[in-house]
Amino acid sequence: MQYIPNILFVLLLAAAAGLFARNIRRMVRNVKLGRKTELSDNKTQRWRNMAMIALGQSKMVVRPIAGLMHILVYVGFIIINIEILEILIDGVLGTHRIFAPMGAVYDVLIGLFEILALLVIIAVVVFWIRRNILRLGRFIKPEMKGWPKKDADLILYIELVLMFLFLTMNGADFQLQKMDVVPYVEAGWFPVSQIFEGLFADMNAGTLVLIERGAWWLHIIGVLCFLNYLYYSKHLHIILAFPNTFYGRLKPKGQIDNLESVTREVKLMMDPAADPYAAPADDVIAEKFGASDVMDLKWIQLLNAYTCTECGRCTSECPANQTGKLLSPRKIMMDTRDRLEEVGRNITQNNGAFQDDNKQLLDDYITREELWACTSCNACVEACPISIDPLSIIMDMRRYLVMEQSAAPQELNVMMSNIENNGAPWPFNQMDRANWADEM
Amino acid sequence: MAAMFAEGQQPEVLFWVGCAGSFDERAKKITKAFVRILQKAGVSFAVLGSEESCTGDPAKRAGNEFLFQMQAVTNIEVLNGYGIKKIVTTCPHCFNTLKNEYPGLGGDYEVMHHTSFINDLLSEGALKIEGGSFKGKKITYHDPCYLGRANGIFEAPRELIKKLDAELVEMKSCKKRGLCCGAGGAQMFKEPEKGDKEVNIERTEQALDTNAEIIAAACPFCNTMMTDGVKNKEKENSVKVYDLAELITDAADL
Repeated sequence: MQYIPNILFVLLLAAAAGLFARNIRRMVRNVKLGRKTELSDNKTQRWRNMAMIALGQSKMVVRPIAGLMHILVYVGFIIINIEILEILIDGVLGTHRIFAPMGAVYDVLIGLFEILALLVIIAVVVFWIRRNILRLGRFIKPEMKGWPKKDADLILYIELVLMFLFLTMNGADFQLQKMDVVPYVEAGWFPVSQIFEGLFADMNAGTLVLIERGAWWLHIIGVLCFLNYLYYSKHLHIILAFPNTFYGRLKPKGQIDNLESVTREVKLMMDPAADPYAAPADDVIAEKFGASDVMDLKWIQLLNAYTCTECGRCTSECPANQTGKLLSPRKIMMDTRDRLEEVGRNITQNNGAFQDDNKQLLDDYITREELWACTSCNACVEACPISIDPLSIIMDMRRYLVMEQSAAPQELNVMMSNIENNGAPWPFNQMDRANWADEM
Repeated sequence: MAAMFAEGQQPEVLFWVGCAGSFDERAKKITKAFVRILQKAGVSFAVLGSEESCTGDPAKRAGNEFLFQMQAVTNIEVLNGYGIKKIVTTCPHCFNTLKNEYPGLGGDYEVMHHTSFINDLLSEGALKIEGGSFKGKKITYHDPCYLGRANGIFEAPRELIKKLDAELVEMKSCKKRGLCCGAGGAQMFKEPEKGDKEVNIERTEQALDTNAEIIAAACPFCNTMMTDGVKNKEKENSVKVYDLAELITDAADL
């Protein structure tokens, strides 16, 4: 009988890990629906970017208040995980505070966790106020209505509850230590939970054990639930920020990739030796130009979509969005993820094969009006704290519209035919290009 | 260029004029200003003239990769035919395309924007200016997206303003966070989507907020957008929009 808690704990842990692994597998499968692209060059720079941008939060502090608060929650999260390690070992082995023999080091660690927990609570409250009382512009844009808003608040509530459970557990533990109750050995320093000592003052040992155990179990169950909530939430960024910054772009922002499929065609057209009547080789399947659905995007763009934490820094820097246009780079990322999830569910339901659902990313999620409002200024790319590139998706979708559908706005068609005929976007004669020299 | 080539000469640098610099009345003034600078500094340069054609940038940003690559391959053939090694251009869009997107298609050149080029001429002493006429004047600088954010060139244009002895005042959004003028991504050639304001008006308001007398631009398209913005705000008598090359010719008395 005495092993029941251990067995329960191991089962719980296994279930949480299994569920999490299944979600991660689905996510990886979905990301792999994207087109192949090689992004493993220049590893040193990539590791450095990951260390600076994800681990070091270098782009978060561009906005100092949000950046500082975020660092508190982030450091709290990372460091308090050491405590999770102890909880896991205790849970499996049935021990209590197995790291206690570390003595003074343990005292400092527990003290540090408590202080961080308090700072996390403060930061989370500030975040909540920014979203719900101050209602900062970027948090109340149209694409944030419904689930995205709930998701953002829910994350804050979960973090708050977890921190309170952690402090409650410690507070009760401290009282039990003072009462010399077995197995509550004297260990740890409780600078924060001690403040609320009065709440536990009149309780007997039995009640305190109940509170301590209750908080301990609820805390770890909460953590495991949160772990499995990630896949359905914008909070997935706590994991994906790392690979996403690693695989993020290294080239200058202004450089848009040259489509290789087009290069092949252009080379063929320009090659005087090419046989114009030659039948295409059998093994060459004409590649679709640009993207109308998630499968046409590259895998990194799909990873970008899962990584997006919907902070809206991109949208608030976007000149089109600032001037009231429909375009919001954040919505481009959210739409891409939503559509990718829809395609993923379709594949799961149909035993691994996608069944056409008469929907696509273009028009059903992202409208043409949004795509044509972009000035390609890269403000969104620059603003993203975790190296997401919304512009690349916009460009790929424009390519589909123009090269597969000939559906550019009329004025752009005029501009393009001018380039074709006169070598300039305006209807001027190419022979007049140097006329300015006569005016010198 | 053809004439030089026929005589067996090779210029130190090719000046890529660009479509705006060739045809747009306002941008032609920038072209002429930059040529005067090159001549004054004794730089051996050439232009392609009627052999130059659009780099393909607006087509590419509009999604027409075909047209872009056709333009690119044609231009690269001309450039490689003349054995061009170094190119300077007054347009950040041409600059970005030539520098970043041509190498993958066989066109490898050292490409410079004219603000960096002029800055080098001044540092080397090949060109001298007197800042007198701008002394104490407030100048604000508008970062072109394709020069600044896209290629990380923020300082060269600012150094030029400092060398003019003018007071450089920054707008609310500048450098990495500079606000677009509204012309990029082929927007120059179409009406904007429905919204509650034009991008160039928003940017012009930021510029006017600095109380600068001069808005310095480094891109012919930004120049147009900002000039329109200033006119829209009916400030064209008190606030002028100039390209940095024009400010330098003014200071160098060219």
